Amino acid sequence: MTAATNAEAPSRRALPRIDADWVRDKGVYIALAVLVLYNVFFTAHFNEFSNAQLLMKQVAAVLIVSLGMLLVIGTGGIDLSVGATMAIAGSVLGLAVSPASAVSGGMGLNLTVAVILAILSGLVVGLFNGVIVGVVGVQPIVATLSLLVGGRGLALVLTSGGLVQLFVPGLDKLASGKVAGFPYVILIGLALVAIVAVLVRRTTFGYRLVAIGGNRKASVLAGLPVRRTVITVYALSGVLAAIAGIIATARLHSADPSYLGIGFELNAITAVVVGGSALSGGKVKVLGTLTGALLMQLLSSTLNSHNVPASATSMAQAAVIVAAVYIQRSSRSSE
Amino acid sequence: MTTPSDHEAPVPATVHVAIDERGVTAGVARAQALTSLVSRSGAVAVLLVLLLIGAIFDKGFIHLDNLRNIALAASYIGLITAGMTFVIISGGIDLSVGSVFALGVLTSAFMSRHGSLAAIVIPLACCALAGLLQGAVIAFLRLPPFIVTLAGLTGVRGVVYYITKEGNEVPKVPGHKAFETLGQGTLFTVGYPVWITVAVFAVGWWLLNRTAFGQAVQTVGGNDTAAELMGLPVKRVKVLVYVMTGLCAGLAGILTTASSGGGQEARIGDQYELTAIAAVVIGGTLLTGGVGSMVGSLAGIALWFVISNLVTQGLQFNAQDQLVVSGGFLLVVVVLQTLLSRRAANAAVH
Repeated sequence: MTAATNAEAPSRRALPRIDADWVRDKGVYIALAVLVLYNVFFTAHFNEFSNAQLLMKQVAAVLIVSLGMLLVIGTGGIDLSVGATMAIAGSVLGLAVSPASAVSGGMGLNLTVAVILAILSGLVVGLFNGVIVGVVGVQPIVATLSLLVGGRGLALVLTSGGLVQLFVPGLDKLASGKVAGFPYVILIGLALVAIVAVLVRRTTFGYRLVAIGGNRKASVLAGLPVRRTVITVYALSGVLAAIAGIIATARLHSADPSYLGIGFELNAITAVVVGGSALSGGKVKVLGTLTGALLMQLLSSTLNSHNVPASATSMAQAAVIVAAVYIQRSSRSSE
Repeated sequence: MTTPSDHEAPVPATVHVAIDERGVTAGVARAQALTSLVSRSGAVAVLLVLLLIGAIFDKGFIHLDNLRNIALAASYIGLITAGMTFVIISGGIDLSVGSVFALGVLTSAFMSRHGSLAAIVIPLACCALAGLLQGAVIAFLRLPPFIVTLAGLTGVRGVVYYITKEGNEVPKVPGHKAFETLGQGTLFTVGYPVWITVAVFAVGWWLLNRTAFGQAVQTVGGNDTAAELMGLPVKRVKVLVYVMTGLCAGLAGILTTASSGGGQEARIGDQYELTAIAAVVIGGTLLTGGVGSMVGSLAGIALWFVISNLVTQGLQFNAQDQLVVSGGFLLVVVVLQTLLSRRAANAAVH
């Protein structure tokens, strides 16, 4: 709750005072702006729109997963199972859309039905997480860790451990289609950003989520439906991970349960934390998360295009994570 | 356990109060004893049951060669688990151990050409340094361990790729080094890595239960503000536990190189942190900190490997089914733990 009121107070004023606190609060936006400016002047071919299109395609999946992670972290939880959920959704999609002649267990369904099934599989995983965390009361990190291990196994079992190649025109269109130059996938991502932003800022559910993350005991005592909210949050995270899994599968032209979504949980947590949301919950920054995801993607592609080796890129990412958290730590609004 | 609370409401006469109080404390004590027994010895009990089941139903399982192989396979992540137990008891978490393990594997392979001593000392120093840096950031800058070690996971992996020329170099141990007997030698037919792991757990048990440092780790994990007010060196304790996980991961890496003769790729150890955390949790150590057991963690990591052996060898399941079984098992364990500790907490409240 405090985060919401703090965020709104300065916006009433005509001009925010530019001081250390402002820098802390807007650090991630400043960092992204600086990085973009650097690229505009010093990176060859950066100013071509095709480069921006590539960046948007690359960032879409991790952005969508990060949105779900943001909601979960907002309640003071964490969801390590998102990568496995992506793999499950990919496997379900692959099985549902492939004809039985091509893949054992293939159902040969219509693409729309297959996509709905894949999203439903994510919903089931999310609901399961939510019940284990919200009703049984298991700590989120271990509850979702068990699904990280078991869920990937499940995704592999579905496809009998193999990779399912997909030659579906509809999926290719999803992966490479554009509206006015903007790839479908980033438009989906931005639409979801808008939905989550409205959810967090304008609905009762959003206020409850932030309240639970801020002080769970107080929320229980205030009579908020804590269990229902927690279950919903994990369910949303599962659905968003499934959508990201579908997009990633479409871009790969195959359902690859061994590798799809590996490490996405950590990338998503990074985007959320770099974006200024507190890992302890109660502070949900949707635009910050969008910026955090863009910043980390742009950072690695910038270093890549300057021929900086992957090893140095990893080290730079580590430095950015620590710096971002360090700068935000001393911020007044987070205390 | 519900009866005492039912009796409390009407505020009865003194005699009844005395009886009730005793009833309440007995209930609480019973519940707490049960919970602590289950969380302390649950993993050991399940391990014994599984060994028994394996011995009865799976002819190949009880074979000494098979048991030796399980112990050897478990010993490397076992070492990492020992360090992870300390970090988690101190209220932290270390996600970087998989990357630090890889750092140990590759630095010892590179250094083995400069002699056996260099292949042991230099990797340990590098891994301790990685732990020291993370611990210092966590303790002195007061940043959350989860994020700092997440950065460590990425950053140390970067270092590993850097020293292997972006993963293109796969160093081998030049033949017949004394260092290799460390990984390949046996004592009473059981490999040295297993003995080393058991010794590390024994030292860990002693540190945790019999020394002031161990008490300090538990106190810091229980409540670090209170520990600070009590005059405990909270920052030093926090730094030390991360140095310990670094050393344990490094030792595991050295043993891996010594037993295999090198040839590991830069991506080795990916997601080892998750197995180690799972083993610690199965062993009854709470992720909230303050409470934990070394014996439990040892049983936890043994369980993880015994289950995968029983499932893949005994039941002839394939690797993906084994993942599902392991994940499901972890889930059952944590759900049971939560339900039992909640029961104890409820009893304590009433």
